[in-house]
Amino acid sequence: MSGVRVLVGTRKGAFVLTSDGKRKHWDVSGPHFAGWEIYHLKGSPADQNRLYASQSSGWFGQIIQRSNDGGKTWETVDNRFVYDGVPGTHQWYDGTPHPWEFKRVWHLEPSLTDPDTVYAGVEDAALFRSTDGGASWHELPGLRGHGSGSSWQPGAGGLGLHTILLDPKHSGRMFIAISAAGAFRTDDGGGTWRPINRGLKSEGIPNPAAEVGHCVHRIAMHRSRPDVLFMQKHWDVMRSDDAGESWHEVSGNLPTDFGFVIDVHAHEPDTIYVVPIKSDSEHYPPDGKLRVYRSRSGGDEWEALTNGLPQRDCYVNVLRDAMSVDALDSCGIYFGTTGGQVYASADSGESWSPIVRDLPAVLSVEAQTLQ
Amino acid sequence: MIRVVLPAHLRTLARVNGEVELDVAGRVSQRAILDALERQYPVLRGTIRDHVTLKRRPFLRFFACEEDLSHDPPDAPLPERVAAGAEPFLIVGAMAGG
Repeated sequence: MSGVRVLVGTRKGAFVLTSDGKRKHWDVSGPHFAGWEIYHLKGSPADQNRLYASQSSGWFGQIIQRSNDGGKTWETVDNRFVYDGVPGTHQWYDGTPHPWEFKRVWHLEPSLTDPDTVYAGVEDAALFRSTDGGASWHELPGLRGHGSGSSWQPGAGGLGLHTILLDPKHSGRMFIAISAAGAFRTDDGGGTWRPINRGLKSEGIPNPAAEVGHCVHRIAMHRSRPDVLFMQKHWDVMRSDDAGESWHEVSGNLPTDFGFVIDVHAHEPDTIYVVPIKSDSEHYPPDGKLRVYRSRSGGDEWEALTNGLPQRDCYVNVLRDAMSVDALDSCGIYFGTTGGQVYASADSGESWSPIVRDLPAVLSVEAQTLQ
Repeated sequence: MIRVVLPAHLRTLARVNGEVELDVAGRVSQRAILDALERQYPVLRGTIRDHVTLKRRPFLRFFACEEDLSHDPPDAPLPERVAAGAEPFLIVGAMAGG
């Protein structure tokens, strides 16, 4: 029997939401790791019961948890994230050099094929990999070392590596994104990297050909078509049809093109979802109306999805890792808010209802389709 | 035996209740206690002091015998009553919001 497990990371713990394929009734377990910030949890595509979680705290630093039973029990694994060699400096907010310092793991991306291989995107921005189920972590130093690292500057939330996309068709190809350095691609399994930011335009960066410095919030792809990428930038929704070699804007008729999340329908590669947010200083939906916008044409033409979502007095945010889709026949869409709601749609966004309403602020949402 | 009081979140992480008791060989210092603590509870590595620099994490403090020892050198001997097990070594999280 198929079902869905939704892994929710919040400011004060993790929650695991499960349902059968109908997605009408949900079981809620948690808080796991109560009181800790859970930036992200994710399950292995190769073993649905292997989960990884990033647990952190301003007091006690970083912990990585692993589950082998779908989140019923957890064990701690290695939490040493040590930069390769002499880490050097990146730019601080004021433009001065600042030493690279590990702060936390923002995102965990398990391998598509091996449950023991998992990538970690960290702040200050770097990519680490474990090939032993989290028992040890090693940096892939080619990313920070490719040449522009010393000019990377943090976004308001820090210099975080928040997006990791593994290309299912091109062996060794990966995409990552960093706030506020931009997007990067490797074609050799993480050995060498290059920026892929051509076509991005950002206020405050006068040179439109700037190699780095763009505040990319999130990138998404459909597994069947990994050369097509969709990006929610700080402002602007962007699309690339050539694996990031060039980008063009597809914001179209969105009420605002600021936002954090973006995701792709599980069965329709040109159906994409965003949640427009009013502005970078007003982190809530425009007009107090929480609306998911869907494009069925890969961008430019967008429709508001509102059925079941609050349409007045709503001033929550939806953070960059807080949207996900399942792969059931009728694609399910999920997103979490800083107000603690996790909304679900079992019909591609036509109608929504909250699975839970009163969690701590939601940092991440990952849906697993269970067999 | 050396007695150590951990903050609540680290007790949960280490799966202990109440005080922790440690065997510490030789001179009893902050470093000796933390080395013994991390040997007995490897999950605590990196949560009290940095993995590489071994510096105390900024939002933690060390107290004993009603004294703040946070800024003492890590190899300085701790008060005799701590070494004798009469008083606990306290690892305290900052009372900050969040």
